[in-house]
Amino acid sequence: MKLTLKIWRQKNAQDKGAMVDYKIDGIEPDMSFLEMLDVFNEQQINTGGDPVAFDHDCREGICGMCSLFINGEAHGPDRGVTTCQLHMRMFKDGDTITIEPFRAAAFPVVKDLVVNRSAFDRIQHAGGFVSVNTSGNTIDANTIPVNKQDADAAFDAATCIGCGACVATCKNSSAMLFVAAKVSQYALLPQGQVEAVDRVLNMVKQMDDEGFGNCTNTGACEVECPKGISLENIARMNREYLSASMKG
Amino acid sequence: MALDSKIPDGAIADKWTNYKDHINLVNPANKRNLDIIVVGTGLAGGSAAATLAELGYNVKAFCFQDSPRRAHSIAAQGGINAAKNYKGDGDSVYRLFYDTVKGGDYRARESNVHRLAEVSSNIIDQCVAQGVPLAREYGGLLDNRSFGGTLVSRTFYAQGQTGQQLLLGAYSAMNRQIGRGKIKMHNRHEMLELVIIDGKARGIIARNLITGEIERHSAHAVVIGSGGYGNVFFLSTNAMGSNATAAWKIHKKGAFFANPCYTQIHPTCIPVSGDHQSKLTLMSESLRNDGRIWVPAKLEDAKAIREGKKKATDLAEADRDYFLERRYPAFGNLVPRDVASRAAKERCDAGFGVNKTGEAVYLDFAAAIKRYGAEAAYVKSLDANDSALITKLGTEIVKSKYGNLFQMYYKIVDEDPYTSPMMIYPAVHYTMGGTWVDYNLMTTIPGCFSIGESNFSDHGANRLGASALMQGLADGYFVLPYTIGDYLAPDIKMGAISTDRPEFVEAENSVKELIANFMDNKGTHSVDYFHKKLGKIMWDKVGMARNEKGLNEAISEIAALREEFYKDVKVPGTDKGFNQELEKAIRVADFLELGELFAKDALHRNESCGGHFREEYQTEEGEALRDDENFAYVAAWEYKGKPSDAVLHKEALVYENIKLVQRSYK
Ligand SMILES: Cc1cc2nc3c(=O)[nH]c(=O)nc-3n(C[C@H](O)[C@H](O)[C@H](O)COP(=O)(O)OP(=O)(O)OC[C@H]3O[C@@H](n4cnc5c(N)ncnc54)[C@H](O)[C@@H]3O)c2cc1C
Ligand code: SF4
Ligand code: FES
Repeated sequence: MKLTLKIWRQKNAQDKGAMVDYKIDGIEPDMSFLEMLDVFNEQQINTGGDPVAFDHDCREGICGMCSLFINGEAHGPDRGVTTCQLHMRMFKDGDTITIEPFRAAAFPVVKDLVVNRSAFDRIQHAGGFVSVNTSGNTIDANTIPVNKQDADAAFDAATCIGCGACVATCKNSSAMLFVAAKVSQYALLPQGQVEAVDRVLNMVKQMDDEGFGNCTNTGACEVECPKGISLENIARMNREYLSASMKG
Repeated sequence: MALDSKIPDGAIADKWTNYKDHINLVNPANKRNLDIIVVGTGLAGGSAAATLAELGYNVKAFCFQDSPRRAHSIAAQGGINAAKNYKGDGDSVYRLFYDTVKGGDYRARESNVHRLAEVSSNIIDQCVAQGVPLAREYGGLLDNRSFGGTLVSRTFYAQGQTGQQLLLGAYSAMNRQIGRGKIKMHNRHEMLELVIIDGKARGIIARNLITGEIERHSAHAVVIGSGGYGNVFFLSTNAMGSNATAAWKIHKKGAFFANPCYTQIHPTCIPVSGDHQSKLTLMSESLRNDGRIWVPAKLEDAKAIREGKKKATDLAEADRDYFLERRYPAFGNLVPRDVASRAAKERCDAGFGVNKTGEAVYLDFAAAIKRYGAEAAYVKSLDANDSALITKLGTEIVKSKYGNLFQMYYKIVDEDPYTSPMMIYPAVHYTMGGTWVDYNLMTTIPGCFSIGESNFSDHGANRLGASALMQGLADGYFVLPYTIGDYLAPDIKMGAISTDRPEFVEAENSVKELIANFMDNKGTHSVDYFHKKLGKIMWDKVGMARNEKGLNEAISEIAALREEFYKDVKVPGTDKGFNQELEKAIRVADFLELGELFAKDALHRNESCGGHFREEYQTEEGEALRDDENFAYVAAWEYKGKPSDAVLHKEALVYENIKLVQRSYK
């Protein structure tokens, strides 16, 4: 396949950055999107150009490191996948592909397509945990039975990979889906109950402090989430937040 | 220097308890005066950092990703073992100990493995208390499944995302300590050198990957939890960034490197599809619980399938060769990984492979779908003769067990594994070798510890499934926190260590020099060009089967490639900011040394054991032939300048509790 790539180039956080056009040839449908970028970078290096910086690590859809806004969609045109799982068979010979970083005020650009998502970590520092000591003296796991439906729902919420597609895709750059996923995981499990009130208040406060926007229930986040984290989690978090506010 | 493994005296079942009863403890008030550096935030480093911080030490943690949550452990799929005997199928600490030593082909240290089995059940309790959503049964209790190489169901799991859930548990424990200021987290930092003062590890040099700055960090002890070195093969199931640098740098500073040639080849990975490939994807071993592995029984059918003239589903049962079930009736599709991998390679080499390149076998779920469907129909009192209904019900159950793995396969291969069998082939997966450590998990450098996949201690020549996660968390949550305290007890009055010391200056300069050499090099080839070449030598000559001739060739080819690399590598951009090519160059430089030592180690070990298969040493039936008389030892290599000059030290492996026998899974 022959393609035209329009790639966002930006030297560092201070630089203004701009879209730059490139032509590329010899791309096969079996390649993943990131492998296509590898080929592109190899050509850049060989011709004295500057390879484009992009984040990635596991390349199997689980670490949440890859990002990329492709043709106006977080993680590109395929559904339910991360960018590393997107394959070139989704594109046609002669296509023009626009590649941008995940843009949001709370995700400053590091270089080219790489953004800084540590705001997500700071939200977790504020309460994304159960305060149990790691002493090896906890009670036997089976003394806390958990209803299978609840365990499965908690698992579904816990599958969030922290990629930030929800933020990038939201017109308000809201982090609600991400935060709601973590709050829901613990809200659904007996282990999370003890600190439930503080957790949701602290995490939501940190989310606001980081400069993420408000949720206006447009639901774009759910559509672009590679892990199918559902809007129900936002509803659950809102309930948790409301009842915590009344108690707190 | 003689190797002292510091195994405590006493009966195997009492060693760890006795040890803990007699070590030096550090008073909580004094722990505040002690700093510990933890390199790596995977299951091993993350759990260690959280626990040490909770105990009161000041922890400085490092990872090269943008968040500790993204460490490679996140990708582990299948599960984690623990001797809980919740199923009542006969599991016990002894049995887990026994299976692990046997699975490692009697090349692991008994005392370490027993300790691992002892603490295994604490790990599950700990994770559940943290809110890790492990799989449950309808009664609300934890569920288990079985994994290759054992006859009990002792594996705890969270669908195909066990590593993710366990790591998020450790990450949450870290977050709690980061929030309290007890862990200072350094994301996007790469440790590039160890600092030794008066013979003890006292700090590291790290590069801030965003600004390019070279930083000095001091501590009273340094813990390396940097993961494995499977990427020396270029193609592996490891994450792209996984590398050997931290382990290799400490090796060059005096830490012995043990059993580098012990690499695990995993039987169920998605086969290579072309030259552009950047990594291989694992399909969890848990699939072998329900999937049956086969190739066509007749060469002409295999050929027709490769040419696209026939499909898997065209072949009748009688025309299929379920080669694992045929060769190993007792364990069948659940034989250990090395056995399954070699058997698949043997069939493909004989011409029975089923993909275009002839390097794939089938993993088939049709029988499981039927079996589960019939069961579900019976439970729901539905028509057991309605085959469409049975298929539908069975598919739903298979989906609930392995859905995300099937989806992953579909996205990569573009074929629906519910209706046609998956194609799989072995791939490099996990490294059992690593820095040598004693019972305290300390390397041959005092004050420098190594945990998780970066050390060598618990897996022998072949790691069984679901045991690496167990070891990482055991080391981090439950072992290191004791042993490091014993080491640090004399240091309580020492005070903070200044980074102005000449040892820091010297270490920093050597890092700067290395980087400057890369930046100034006017070479012509990219880093990947060299990495791929190294990978090809490794796979062809040091891979699933090795022989003397190939290994000798590999050793000289790698040395030559290393020379070419330093002359001809091209690293674009600048070292003053974010530069991913520079990061890769530094890592590949270390792989180019490690690869040679790896081959040298494989060459000297004149036997086959577990994942190390020397073609010269096999039984008549093609199984690995061990030589306990001459090789029942750990090979620990001391750095002497070049890999070819490395000096071999032997730690004899003494088996007091388990009798060494030929491993058989028949
Ligand atoms: C696809 C896959 C599936 C697997 N499935 C299973 C399974 O089902 N069960 C099982 O038991 N095992 C499984 N394993 C093996 C298991 O996941 C690993 O052995 C284990 O997670 C390793 O953990 P770790 O903490 O030692 O290292 P890692 O998780 O690899 O962590 C390494 C850490 O070190 C950091 N680091 C490395 N070098 C540096 C440096 N120089 N400076 C700073 N930081 C550095 C990294 O940033 C990272 O934080 C699987 C492995 C793979 C690849
Ligand atoms: S909720 Fe979905 S889109 Fe948002 S961070 Fe989690 S996985 Fe990514
Ligand atoms: S690289 Fe890990 S999710 Fe894409």
